Parts: sequence; C-alpha cells; structure tokens
Amino acid sequence: MDFEKYLRIDKLPHIWCPGCGHGTILNSFIRAFAESGLDQDKTVVISGIGCSGRATGYLNFDTLHTTHGRAIAFAAGVKMANPGLNVVVMTGDGDGSAIGGNHLIHAARRNIDLTVILFNNQIYGMTGGQFSPMTPTGDQATTAPYGNIDQNFDLAKLVEGAGGGFIARGATHDPRQLKKIYLAALKHKGFSFVESFSQCPVSYGRQNKAGDAVEMLKKQQEDTVSFKKWQELSFEEKQGKYPLGILKEVENPESEYTESYQKIIKKLKKEEAF
Amino acid sequence: MARGDRVKLENADWCKNCGICISVCPTNVLIKGRDRVKIDDLEKCIGCQNCELICPDFVLKVVTQDEN
Amino acid sequence: MKTKIFKPKKSAVLTQGNQAVVEGALAAGVEFFAGYPITPASEIAEGFARELPQIGGKFLQMEDEIAGMAAVIGASLAGKKAITATSGPGFALKQENLGFATMIEVPVVVVNVQRVGPSTGLPTAPSQGDVMQTRWGRNGDQEIIALAPSSVAESYELTIKAVNLSEKFRQPVVLLLDEVIGHLREKIHLKSKEEIEIYNRKKPESNQNSDQFLPYQLTDDLIPPMADYGSGFKYHTSGLFHDQSGFPDGKKETAKFMQDRLHNKLHNNLDQIIFYEKNIRSDDNAAVLSYGSAARAAISTVNTARKDNLKAGWFKLQTIWPFAEEAVAELAAQVDTIIVPELNQGQLIREVKKAAAGRAKVIGINSYAGDLIRPEEIRALLEEVL
Repeated sequence: MDFEKYLRIDKLPHIWCPGCGHGTILNSFIRAFAESGLDQDKTVVISGIGCSGRATGYLNFDTLHTTHGRAIAFAAGVKMANPGLNVVVMTGDGDGSAIGGNHLIHAARRNIDLTVILFNNQIYGMTGGQFSPMTPTGDQATTAPYGNIDQNFDLAKLVEGAGGGFIARGATHDPRQLKKIYLAALKHKGFSFVESFSQCPVSYGRQNKAGDAVEMLKKQQEDTVSFKKWQELSFEEKQGKYPLGILKEVENPESEYTESYQKIIKKLKKEEAF
Repeated sequence: MARGDRVKLENADWCKNCGICISVCPTNVLIKGRDRVKIDDLEKCIGCQNCELICPDFVLKVVTQDEN
Repeated sequence: MKTKIFKPKKSAVLTQGNQAVVEGALAAGVEFFAGYPITPASEIAEGFARELPQIGGKFLQMEDEIAGMAAVIGASLAGKKAITATSGPGFALKQENLGFATMIEVPVVVVNVQRVGPSTGLPTAPSQGDVMQTRWGRNGDQEIIALAPSSVAESYELTIKAVNLSEKFRQPVVLLLDEVIGHLREKIHLKSKEEIEIYNRKKPESNQNSDQFLPYQLTDDLIPPMADYGSGFKYHTSGLFHDQSGFPDGKKETAKFMQDRLHNKLHNNLDQIIFYEKNIRSDDNAAVLSYGSAARAAISTVNTARKDNLKAGWFKLQTIWPFAEEAVAELAAQVDTIIVPELNQGQLIREVKKAAAGRAKVIGINSYAGDLIRPEEIRALLEEVL
C-alpha cells in the first residue's frame, strides 16, 4: 500500500524519543487514511502543543500546529468555514484533557464532524514529566515528587457525557486494531473521538520505573481488554482495566453541526425566494 | 501479505533501536544492533508485518522477496 | 475568492456603532464570525448571527473567548474573511491566539468594544483602557494594526478598512470601539457595491506547482501569498519561528529574519495603514489630539473655541497602532501645546510625548471611571494654555 505519500519523508526521522508510542499512532493513522478513500488534498490535520503537537509536521496534508489546548477550536473554525474538508485533530492528554478540555466537551456536544485522536501517554512529556489529568493517582511526576494525589479520569466517559457519537479507545500494543478504529472514526459522519494509549518510556517510564518501551507495552496489554470481554467482567474485575475498541457508535448524521447550519441557510434562501 | 514476503530495513537511518520490533516478531528474525536493529535471520521471516505496523519510526517494511 | 455582497438595504439607516461594524464587515466581504457573548459587544455577535446565514456565511458561538479567536483563525485559513468581537476581559483571553495569528500571518479582525477595567470593572461604561493592551498584550515583540472609530459612520468605514488591511498585509487588525460608540445611534450612509473598494488576500498563482509552494515565501512586498486549505498545497503552519517552507528550523537567524519581515511588511507601508484627520490653522497655538469617543468632545470644543477666537486646532487619530509618529512630531513643531483627552489614566499620551520630544507641551485630560470627558473640561484647559 502506498501510504508513504501521507508522510513528509524529508522531515523524518521525527523528534520523538526512542520507543515513544506516538510514531506507532502516526503509522496506524496513515494506513487508515490510505484505506479510507478520503482525498488527501481536502484533509486538514490540526494539533496543539506538546509531543503530540509535533505530529502535524510529519503528515503530508494541510497541517496546522496551533497554541496549547486549542486545536479543536481551530478545527471547528476550519470545518464550519468549509464543511467539504475532512478535519482531523491530533492532541495529547495534557493538551486535550487539561488546558483544552473545554473545547473537547463542546465539540462533542455540537456533534461537529471532526476526528479527534488523543495521544494519551499519561504525562507531560515535552516539558519533562509533570503530571497530567491522565497520570494515575500515586504515580511519580516531576511536579508530584511525593506521589500524584490527583485522580485521573476516564476521557471516553467524559466525551460520552458530552454527547459524542463515536467514541473509541485503542492502544499502541495493537496497531492492527488502532488502524481499524481510526478508519471507522474517519468515516464516521459527526464528532468522533479516539483515545489512543501511548507509551512514554522517557518522561513517564523512568520516573515510575516502568522499564523500557517493550515492558511498558506489555503492561499496557495487561491493563487493557477488548470492549466485548470487558462487558462480561464483574465490577471488581473491571477495576484498573480499560476496554479497547469502539465503545460507542451512533449514526446521527442529521444532527451534525455544519449540516444543521446548512439547513438554516437553505431555509432562509427559500424564504427570500418568496 | 502473501508467503514469501520478507522484512526489509526500508529506512534504516531512522531506527532509534527501541527494540519494539524485536519483541513483536514471532520468529526471532530481528536482533538489537549497536545503533539500530539488525536482521539476524531473514529466512525465518513469515512476512506477518507485526514489526512494520508497530514500528514508531517507519523503519521496517515487508516486501516481496525479489525486491529485497 | 469571490466576494459576496450583502443584500440591498436602504442606503441611509439609523443604527448603532455595533451594528455598523456588522454592516461594514459584510460590505467588506466577511463571511464568518465566531465569538462569545460579552457586554458591551454582544450586539455585534447578534447582528452576525442574524445576517450571516442570509448570505450563506457562518456564525459560530463558541464555548469561550479563546475558542472564538481560534475559530476565526481556522476559518480564515479555510479561505473566508473572518471577524470576532469582544470587550476588555475577553480581549485579554484572546491575546495568545492573536499573537499566533500575527506569527502565522492570518488575516482576521478583532473588535474590542472597550469598557472600564481592570477586571470585570464597569461593564456598561465606556473606556479607552485597552490601548496598551492592544499594543503589548501578547508575549514577544510584535506589530499590530489598531483602528479607533469616533462615530457610527466611522465604525462602518473603519471596519471596511480593517478587513481590507488584514487581507492586504496578512495581519490581524484590532478595531477599538468603546461602549459609547458601540451603543450610540446615528444616521449613516451604507455604500453600494460600486462605492466600496475591497481588497482580497493575495493567493498563489493557479499554475503554481504545489511541490514547490513556499507558504512563507520571501516576496518583494514581504507579504507571502496565502493558499486556502483544501487547494492542494498541503503546507504546514506553526507558531514556532519558521522558514519560508513553514517548518520550524530552530535557528536564531530564522527568528531574526522573520521578526524583521513581520515588522517591515507594515513599516514599509505606513502611508497605507495610518489614517488621521486634522484641522490645524497656521496660527493655532494649541491642538487637541484625540481618538475614539473622546474625539467627539475634542472636535466640538475646538469648533466652539474658534468662534471665540481661540487659536486652537484638532487632530483625530483613526489609526492608533502603528502610532502616527511622524504626523504628531510635525504637529508638535507647529503648536506650543498638545492636549490629549483620553478615557484612561493616560495611555496614548506616552506616544504623543515621545513623538513631540519636547517641541510642544503635552497635557492630558483623563477620565477613567466611566464618565465621558466634557467639552467644558477641554475648553477650560485651552483657555489656560492660550
């Protein structure tokens, strides 16, 4: 498959650390995009700040590396101005759930046709390992030298609460599933959200004695279970485990935001004709 | 991928020697080199693409043998 | 881009400054608004919410001020002329993305209908307290264009100019109204399509090879052509200092080169950016220099004072930033005293003093708690200095 055309080959190798999962996410994304049949020239990829923010520099589309946390808000402007464009957001756990959490909630609520891929490595990696809202309670971070007392939370449930129509979770230890999920997310008409578990062996791994990338991927696999299996688990068995796969998929293209607005425009045009 | 396909270090210079590919290879084709991954025994490769799909650095590619 | 013109309306209308901004923006080809409600600017959002879908444009009420700023930048990159509106506290929230727009050279217009600050302050009272926030509110050195209308008609005219300047220079432009101008009702003349000069951003040639496209190409006028998203160029844009290709290279030379280009693309063309009106007679000894709502009292005071044979003139800035340094220096050489009435504790007067450089005495009249400056105050000072 000719997926290299979706990369800016001259910008590689990327700046991410050895063993960082973000490259696997990109790898899965471009394969999904190649299969999607979407037009590369009509696709915009937008990122924020942090390690995930650098993803756009390596992708051969119209790409925008924005300010911290705001990628989704920029994306909403692009999509609304030209609904004919496919708009993908690449954000991180700090970028998308802390500083940019509000935009995530409201894009899901509006059901605007964006594909949001959130790289979750459970840490602020670019700035050297401060805790994020996704850092598990009790873990070490440079800003939690006595252990993290913040509670991490389930982003997929947040997006579900906000009304998101397509919600999924993938993980870098299973790139085949990751690709399948991205493909479904790209094809979904309306807001889609994919939390993507990624490993950060340097800024997270070293502080938490989590081992190298290979060990972290093994742990990631142990902590996750397919959504189908997860539904059969007891309450106790579910603790500390995350379901992987498409968690929710509701087709409701009628309520998609730019479509709804287009209906107003059409209605006004009709009224004007009389 | 059809049988007879084999792994290739398509972009060897980009390898950061993280070892993820080695851990996902079911037939121990790959080993750690000094700076980058090395193909130890290509004959064992079954072309499963595990390494290619997970490689974070776009180093590995499974290609048909005569291209190798 | 084909500019859609708003549907015909009566050419003379009685309207408020905030609504005149909407009319001016539509006349200039604006097709996109995103923002967040705030007093005393909300009528601008309401106006666009009503008008834009009628011409096939888009209105987006965002979750906060920051998102409103982000969305207009996104819309502009997608090829639409875009505008947002706010007031002081909201303007503070927009600053980071305003700096981003300056850095990535995206045309957008930000309207700030000023109210009394700091903080929540007096939401329904006029102020000119954001003059320096407009100039320096963001991190790093950077230029900004800011225009300040002093009437409803000027709100209409300067909005058209603001959109044109932003398109021409790939530069965010701030339109500084204040609560009085925003809510004042006056009769204005709406122009026909033929009466309005519209400037659209420069785009890459249609035969431009997309592989060789440089989104930040160094051109003679220092303004790179801008490609709409989706037009096949697949280019990268970043708030990091970037070279002509749009990619950051981390080099200090690149940062210096880019800083200089961003400065010079405006400063080489100040004659196209700086607007002011003046009425100074050769024997006037004092001038009242003002902008925005303060200019109303200033000009009427001078007109009355002249009837009583006082040797006074007036100078009204329409462009505040970049500051009309040369014109004010010239004024300082002409008169002995320059009086600067402002609805703040003395912000633009610093620039006036700098430009005057001791050649004229510069005295401020300041009101900063929600009251307008009254003509009697200016008159009293004029009599004192003349």
